[in-house]
Amino acid sequence: MSMTEIILVVCYILFAPLLGGLLDGIDRKISARMQRRVGPPLLQPFYDVVKLFSKQVIIVSRSQIFFLLSYFVLIVLTGAMFFAGTDILLCFFVMSTGATFLYFAGMVTSTPYSTMGANRELLQMLAYEPAVLLTCVGFYLAEGTFNVSEIATSKYSAILYLPGFFIAFVFILTIKMRKSPFDLSTSHHMHQELVKGLTTEMGARNLAIFQVTEWYENVFLLGVVGLYIVNASYYSLIAVVLVVLFTFFLEILIDNTSARVKWDTMLKLSWGVTIFTAGINLIILMIIK
Amino acid sequence: MANIKRSPWLLHYDGSSCNGCDIEVLACLTPIYDAERFGVMNTGDPMQADILLITGGINAQNQPTVKQLYEQMPRPKVVVAVGVCACTGGVFKECYNILGGADTTIPVDIYVPGCAARPQAIIDGIVKAVDLFQKRLEEHYEKKRGQGGNEVSANG
Ligand code: SF4
Repeated sequence: MSMTEIILVVCYILFAPLLGGLLDGIDRKISARMQRRVGPPLLQPFYDVVKLFSKQVIIVSRSQIFFLLSYFVLIVLTGAMFFAGTDILLCFFVMSTGATFLYFAGMVTSTPYSTMGANRELLQMLAYEPAVLLTCVGFYLAEGTFNVSEIATSKYSAILYLPGFFIAFVFILTIKMRKSPFDLSTSHHMHQELVKGLTTEMGARNLAIFQVTEWYENVFLLGVVGLYIVNASYYSLIAVVLVVLFTFFLEILIDNTSARVKWDTMLKLSWGVTIFTAGINLIILMIIK
Repeated sequence: MANIKRSPWLLHYDGSSCNGCDIEVLACLTPIYDAERFGVMNTGDPMQADILLITGGINAQNQPTVKQLYEQMPRPKVVVAVGVCACTGGVFKECYNILGGADTTIPVDIYVPGCAARPQAIIDGIVKAVDLFQKRLEEHYEKKRGQGGNEVSANG
């Protein structure tokens, strides 16, 4: 590992929750403005997490905290591996393993809302997994490597070869970031039909761990968006920041303008978009390369 | 001591109210009053709630539910009774099935009068409840030291 990679990993582990929390705060502020409300203070997500850590912990199932911590460790590992410039395929495998632990964390409580939320989490994984795997395939076809640091330092931005893959990835980002219309398993908004879905039986400290893990995960996912844009020249970093912020804003806009759909619609839509955009892109790429 | 004043999450339970007060509770979250300015979130989940907003009186059927909701909320917690029905039983007081206000079943901290209670009054009640919520944290820490930990098991 080179020096810059070590710095990047340390920065990720230390600052990703701060950045993720801040993005969450911006999200809530912009959402409020879209609804013509004043909205909470920018640092609200941090106030929430501090409060959650100081509340009494009511244990529904002893093993829940184990599964949640596994989820936390694996997601942090995913991001750390990504910013260390290792294999992108491996990053996504570790991320999926982490998501499975989250499923178990919802499942062990054996209460109806929580288990149903957990089942929906599995369906969500089913919906986004093809696009995630195709992203890796696309990077390999475009750049001839799975290695993140080599992709990041290639001569041309990956998006020039992979516009279809990019659309598919941004589409499933809505599922991954738990934004409406695909926030089936659990939602950031109040009162959904499953109470709080997957997180119904997580209170206090456990919910705080879940929240912080989400922040890590969001920063990693936006990092993958950036990987599509970045190339060897330093000027591309400006484009990275702009595109990442635009994508993030797009997610907020979608979140505020759509209503939750049923799981089969989600599955059909996400697979349809993935097969259509990424599939056509794949065929063209295989012909010209 | 952590500052927890900025993040009060509500659990709204509708007892045997006429729905007048419930509409007003929801009105607090609309753009005009926007209670989210204070970090208020309306969760439907007692495990994650800090303040229990209860509207309407207690009747024989909902008494166990109210008790259970209160017990499922982790400490520190505050209870706010919204509307005269939740305070005393109100217009329904003489009904055969009504036991009285919320304080017949759980300890109520803040009473918000009015029929229906106005959104301004409800937000006022929440702001008072938030101060109490912070004070309760100190008590919670003391109890925690007494019982030797922060964890309790849900099944007793
Ligand atoms: S206080 Fe008045 S408005 Fe509120 S629930 Fe009772 S009768 Fe309805």
